[in-house]
Amino acid sequence: MSNTAKAEPGPRSRTGFTPRQRRKVGIGGQYVALVAVAILAITMVDWERIQVNFFNVDMLGEVWPELFTVGLVNTVIYTVSGYTLGFLLGLLIAVMRLSALRLNRILAHGYIEIFRGVPALLVFLILAFGLPIAMPGRELPFPPFGTVALALGLVSAAYMAETFRAGIQAVPKGQVEAARSLGMSAPRAMITIVLPQAIRIVIPPLTNELILLFKDSSLVFAIGITAGTADLSKIGNDLATEHSNSTPFVLAGLTYLLITIPLGYLVRRLEARQAKAR
Amino acid sequence: MSENQNPEPATEAAAEHESEVPAEHGYEPAGRAMVSIRGLHKSFGDLQVLKGIDVEVKAGEVVCVIGPSGSGKSTLLRCVNLLEQPSAGEIEVDGVVLTDRDCDLDRARRRIGMVFQQFNLFPHLNVLENVTVALRKVLKVDKATARKTAREQLASVGVGEKAEEFPARLSGGQQQRVAIARALAMKPHLMLFDEPTSALDPELVGDVLTVMRDLAESGMTMLVVTHEMGFAREVADRVIFMDGGVIVEQGTPAQVIGDPQHERTRTFLHRVLHPIDD
Repeated sequence: MSNTAKAEPGPRSRTGFTPRQRRKVGIGGQYVALVAVAILAITMVDWERIQVNFFNVDMLGEVWPELFTVGLVNTVIYTVSGYTLGFLLGLLIAVMRLSALRLNRILAHGYIEIFRGVPALLVFLILAFGLPIAMPGRELPFPPFGTVALALGLVSAAYMAETFRAGIQAVPKGQVEAARSLGMSAPRAMITIVLPQAIRIVIPPLTNELILLFKDSSLVFAIGITAGTADLSKIGNDLATEHSNSTPFVLAGLTYLLITIPLGYLVRRLEARQAKAR
Repeated sequence: MSENQNPEPATEAAAEHESEVPAEHGYEPAGRAMVSIRGLHKSFGDLQVLKGIDVEVKAGEVVCVIGPSGSGKSTLLRCVNLLEQPSAGEIEVDGVVLTDRDCDLDRARRRIGMVFQQFNLFPHLNVLENVTVALRKVLKVDKATARKTAREQLASVGVGEKAEEFPARLSGGQQQRVAIARALAMKPHLMLFDEPTSALDPELVGDVLTVMRDLAESGMTMLVVTHEMGFAREVADRVIFMDGGVIVEQGTPAQVIGDPQHERTRTFLHRVLHPIDD
């Protein structure tokens, strides 16, 4: 029976629809679902309370200044210090990962596996609460900035190391050969010839990592920080509690977006430029 | 080049096709040995690429290595400065045994210039920096002197006006001449050319070959892997024909290209010189 269906416009599925009919039903179904959700939202949610709680215009003046001068500033400090550390450590680990020495490769591989596989939150907790017990009397510099920078740096280094490795491997072999044929040592060729090219190649993914880190800096919340060193999320939370209103949450979120959306746009621009140059 | 150790200018030797050397192995030019290759074997895994090569190149001599692809000629050249580690045998350049385990390869390579098929210019550096980088980082020449040397060298190969450009803006012929200038700036005693014109558009080949001919006439010792039979005929003191990882025959250009003794050489030359008739 089905093998006699020679003149059919297309194969029929078990439901008996042609592919075109199936597509129509699919699109129609999506519209029905969307409308249903919209109706539910409109009828079931108290919009006035939502507006007062989340989008309270009166809160703006009270919350913005502190969000910016304390929250955003601290978040940027945490992010930049963590990123710098992660960048340098990541570079080192990437080079170790490609080392001629097997022990170096094993150590680098182990590092990457551990810090990519463990939640960043756990790293924060270990550094903030585990380390002081293990090393009494000693402290990471500029508390809590040292702890945060180290935690973010350790975690992001693992990701950046893999990115750097890909970048290094994308530099043609002939570049190293040319450098070595001029008498450069292997480390000299790496530093002067390979790394500058590799880093250029990985600027887009590294910028992406910056965005991720910018958001991950909110994990400082877990290690109990004071008002002066609070990041965006913490300030948002404090202000929300203080005013018994959720507008600070929304404003904190908007402040994150203020940074992440342009950065994301920048990444896409850089990626497009590289794709064109290739 | 100022360092002319050539007892007799290369031009005379090239013009003098009817010399009294025998057509086969045992060619013994006069003068100090610049390169001695003894019993060279090279394998990549199970693949034996070089099966016992003995070559001596005298100071000031220009030797062209020809042969079908896969004959091992590029590998031979890359073994001379140990870009490829020989599986067995000995390489001596300018009195230094490079295959010695405690040989300072980086130091030895300073005096061995190499020009690659794909140019291998450093794309992140401009033309001038391409030439100065090894002077600065390897020979520790001061910036002003390095730039002066580089400008002179670039001018001598006819790309002096391109000093501030980046390699990507140059034609293949210009890039290859910059690569030659980059190698010559190190004041090498030996120049290795690995199919220097094979990646060039036909109309750009002449510029590069002219530079190479001038270099040969200045007395530079040159080992050239090439498919340019015209160049080999005109410029080489000696031509080596390789096939299957061994030297099949060698002699003056007149002997090897003009009157080959071996069937394999004849077949190869016929294919190269008359690619479309049978």
